[in-house]
Amino acid sequence: MASVDIRQVRKAFGTFEVIHGIDVDIGDEEFVVLVGPSGCGKSTLLRMIAGLEPISGGEISIGGRVVNMVPPKERDIAMVFQNYALYPHMTVFDNMAFSLKLRHAERSVIEQRVRQAADILDLTKYLDRYPRQLSGGQRQRVAMGRAIVRDPQVFLFDEPLSNLDAKLRVQMRTEIKALHQRLRTTSIYVTHDQIEAMTMADKIVVMHDGHVEQVGSPLELYDRPVNLFVAGFIGSPAMNFFEGRLRRDGDRVWVEGKGDLLFPAPPGVRGNEGQSVVYGIRPGHLRLASDAEQGLPAEVEVVEPTGDNTLVFCRVGDAIACAATTERFPLRPAERLRLVPQVESGHVFDAATGMRL
Amino acid sequence: MFVDTKSQRRASARAAPARRFRLGESRGAMGLLFMLPAAAVLLLFLAYPLGLGVWLGMTDTRVGRAGQYIGFENYEMLWTDSVFWTSVFNTLLYTVAASIAKFALGLWLALLLNRHLPFKAFLRAIVLLPWIVPTALSAIAFWWIYDSQFSIISWSLTRLGLIEHNINFLGDPTWARASVIIANVWRGIPFVAITLLAGLQTIPPSLYEAATIDGATPWQRFRYVTFPMLTPIIAVVMTFSVLFTFTDFQLIYVLTRGGPLNATHLMATLSFQRAIPGGNLGEGAAIAVTMIPFLLSAILFSYFGLQRRRWQHGGND
Repeated sequence: MASVDIRQVRKAFGTFEVIHGIDVDIGDEEFVVLVGPSGCGKSTLLRMIAGLEPISGGEISIGGRVVNMVPPKERDIAMVFQNYALYPHMTVFDNMAFSLKLRHAERSVIEQRVRQAADILDLTKYLDRYPRQLSGGQRQRVAMGRAIVRDPQVFLFDEPLSNLDAKLRVQMRTEIKALHQRLRTTSIYVTHDQIEAMTMADKIVVMHDGHVEQVGSPLELYDRPVNLFVAGFIGSPAMNFFEGRLRRDGDRVWVEGKGDLLFPAPPGVRGNEGQSVVYGIRPGHLRLASDAEQGLPAEVEVVEPTGDNTLVFCRVGDAIACAATTERFPLRPAERLRLVPQVESGHVFDAATGMRL
Repeated sequence: MFVDTKSQRRASARAAPARRFRLGESRGAMGLLFMLPAAAVLLLFLAYPLGLGVWLGMTDTRVGRAGQYIGFENYEMLWTDSVFWTSVFNTLLYTVAASIAKFALGLWLALLLNRHLPFKAFLRAIVLLPWIVPTALSAIAFWWIYDSQFSIISWSLTRLGLIEHNINFLGDPTWARASVIIANVWRGIPFVAITLLAGLQTIPPSLYEAATIDGATPWQRFRYVTFPMLTPIIAVVMTFSVLFTFTDFQLIYVLTRGGPLNATHLMATLSFQRAIPGGNLGEGAAIAVTMIPFLLSAILFSYFGLQRRRWQHGGND
């Protein structure tokens, strides 16, 4: 097991730079998720760590050893691919044994290691099958088994769950996390799904356009996003945003939106009176109240019951806001009500730079 | 009770034919109807000539004279005909040597073309050229290349000081055999290369990446990933390649007409020579018929080669 240090790493395809000097420290035994919208460079970064893409600038070291010029097989990493990349003409056993065979490991060692991995992943019954005869979830487990057998210093996962259906994805998510808790191998996991990132990661690296936007634990990112991008990307349903100007009234801070809407900002917000800002509030932090109470006047547009939660989409001024509630109100479209934001849960961002104030 | 169900069954069986005759509703009858035109074409242009050939082989038909049934006399004659046996040997040599060369070079070319090359599409198109040019034309070009006096090969080798006399490419039996095989290989490579290239492109790149991370060298990636995944398409390509080569006619006919001293006579050219210029239609047909067992065994080989391997079974992707 090892730490992975990424220092000022750049990647350019021809003259087109896609990763602009990234720094990330990944500690020993950590489970780090690289997350971002498609095209943000997260897969490219993972492939550079694996050695499948040459590094255009900067340094990547694994376990203290700079690996820029080290071929993939000598980096002591294992990778799980999005499409599993199982060898279709080999049985499950042979798929898992392939790397050991190439290293001329002894037969008894191969047998023992493969059986052990199969046991961990509940694949013992399927060792004689071919990949085509397995379900998606089983194939995914074989792909992980192939990685486990090698006992590498680092596991790399490239969107491993995106080919599975929703239910299986949730199940495999838990399995991967449990596997990490058991093996404690440093893991780097790429996904575009922020829920996967939130649920699995010790540390999340949010990427956007080849830059790192924020690094932190899931709850840090959720509670204190450093900028508008992270605020909008992390959390589902997404945070509500309202444009406005900062107003100070003694100790209290407000954001004054269009149409005389007043959003209560949390205490301690920096920024000057009258500054252009964006106020953000998560759907779960908006309480539904009757039209008689104090709050933001709103008109119900769509109600989405999910069972645990009910999402209420309302028109607030000229924007649409989403409120999530665990209570079950008999709401109808066009009904008028008030949304009451939790004061300490509001976020204020500078409208020009997008940075948190 | 028993009697009741039985009679019911009989009653439904009686009702069935009436339904079957409603053509529009019966998949079987409609299927048969739609198949008829194609079947007629096949019968008229494939089955009839084949049957006629087999029949002619058992007659002493000559050009301009209807023959009589003579049983297997033609075949008995061929059995003791050394020219016929030479042509069988030539055909086998020609097929085996050319097919192996076409496979090796075609696979190599396909692997090269599968890389990221500049002007990839253009290069792939160029490779098809030998296959697009009519055989007769390319044969004439080879005829010049192999000419005893004006051969560009002889000329180049002389200039380089490697030989003193022109090589008699088409006049010497050994040279002639090698020359026609090389011409056939040149012509046949594109088919093998392009088809194998199509096969190569169905192999997902992530398999190579997985193998690279697993520690496979380029040779091991070919040996354990590319080759096994390509076997189904290799079976198809090589079957067709063997069939085309075994029945080749044009190239030989333009280049050597079977000479010198029958050294390049293939069964197809010998059959034509005996039947049309020689006038012995019956004997020519008999030679053609003797090709059938060879071709059938090639087809059987492909039948077993083409069967889906176990790893291709099951699943839907």
